[in-house]
Amino acid sequence: MEWKDRADVVIIGGGIVGIATAYYLARFGRHDVVVVEKGTVCSGSTGRCGAGIRAQWGTEMNCRLGIAALDIFENLDAELGMSVGLNQGGYLLIAYSDSEFENLKKGIALQNGLGIKSKTVTLSEAREICPALDASDATGFVYHARDGHADPFLTAFAYLEAAKRIGVSYHKRTECTGITVKGGRATGIDTSRGHIDADVVINCSGACSQIVAKFAGVDLPNWGERHEIMITEPVEAGVCPPMLMSFSGNYYIQQRPHGSIICGMSPAGHPQDFENKTTWQFITAMSRVLNRILPVTKEIRIVRHWAGLYDMTPDGSPIIGETDVKNFYHSTGYSGHGFMLSPIAGKVLAQQLTGNTPDIDLSVLDYRRFARGELIMEPHIT
Amino acid sequence: MGGAKKEVIVCRCEEITIDEIREWIDRGCDTINELKRILRVGMGPCQGRGCHDIILRELSRWLGTPIDQIEAGTVRPPVKPIKTGLLASEGGEPAWSGKTGQTS
Repeated sequence: MEWKDRADVVIIGGGIVGIATAYYLARFGRHDVVVVEKGTVCSGSTGRCGAGIRAQWGTEMNCRLGIAALDIFENLDAELGMSVGLNQGGYLLIAYSDSEFENLKKGIALQNGLGIKSKTVTLSEAREICPALDASDATGFVYHARDGHADPFLTAFAYLEAAKRIGVSYHKRTECTGITVKGGRATGIDTSRGHIDADVVINCSGACSQIVAKFAGVDLPNWGERHEIMITEPVEAGVCPPMLMSFSGNYYIQQRPHGSIICGMSPAGHPQDFENKTTWQFITAMSRVLNRILPVTKEIRIVRHWAGLYDMTPDGSPIIGETDVKNFYHSTGYSGHGFMLSPIAGKVLAQQLTGNTPDIDLSVLDYRRFARGELIMEPHIT
Repeated sequence: MGGAKKEVIVCRCEEITIDEIREWIDRGCDTINELKRILRVGMGPCQGRGCHDIILRELSRWLGTPIDQIEAGTVRPPVKPIKTGLLASEGGEPAWSGKTGQTS
């Protein structure tokens, strides 16, 4: 793609958050957008994620973002002209103690008030949703039928192809090495291929976002946390129709329409590093959990195992908006949920940057909340 | 000639044809990893044993780049498919705590 040394908007990070933001900017009229990506399309956290999409959250902001993202996902194939592999088998959340079940029920009260039709289900109803489920030791179940998962690769490529058609440039193997700030305003970025002048700079660099923010003298409290995932050979449909997830049980399990089962769990010790390395201990421990929850999986084979980084913030909520440096914006800190929130986050930030009224007021997600001590603690995460 | 155009399957696990691969190379996918992501080539049970080298040759020919200058696809563990039941029976204290079933 032709190199330009000046753009209206430059986006650092070509994962799903950066790509979706670029697409909506162009759709709302700012076509001169350049995305720089140090790897290749989906080489970072987007292509390594668990692919879930849910509206069952414990904070009002995440609920609003989650249901709005679902609204977009449900129409995305038609909008982008390519399938994104959406599968709405619902999220079945499983509690293993009374207190955990009570917390999930508090979440339902919040969600129902925001138009999210989540509900408690009984063990027998849970087994209708997921016939292979063994959860006789569970205390309770909650379910939202519109939740599910999509294909992060297809979604990213679909947004990218649509964005390119309306003017967006995407440069892979192009690493951001600096941000130019003059008179308190961002005026461009340095990259491994040269300088680009820009009126607006957006940091969408996921687990690297605190490093990138520092280029402009902005301190973010983010850190990268390594998580592992594995996937099985494709098997017949119906082994795991919903996304099964438990916060205390520490697992999520889903089956793609194409038949493979994807599952993950949060790491002991929550390793903070930038190495996407994998451990043998993960696949043995994860296999034990998988066999326990879905005993029919014992004869199913693992074909692949990988790791990726969660872009964590101290409260588990994202950071979206302008910084103390004018024209320098963040869309980061999704804490393991960037894929599912990317359509609405990209759309709303683009609305702000094109003079349109945002679908959702994101001002509480300003990064200065940490300095003010106004954290938005998200309870519905592992 | 005449007759229907014959489809040439490159990745047998995922049933991906040479035409699909060429289409996405044309759209800018110049690595095996990107072709894997968009088309699932090499993501099936054989993990690319059957198609990796064919795609590498195709990339080389299509891009006019010597094969030794094209990035190889990522090889991920466990390399050979293993039943989860066998992995679950692996002994030793796991570094990962599967808390499932605890009622704390």
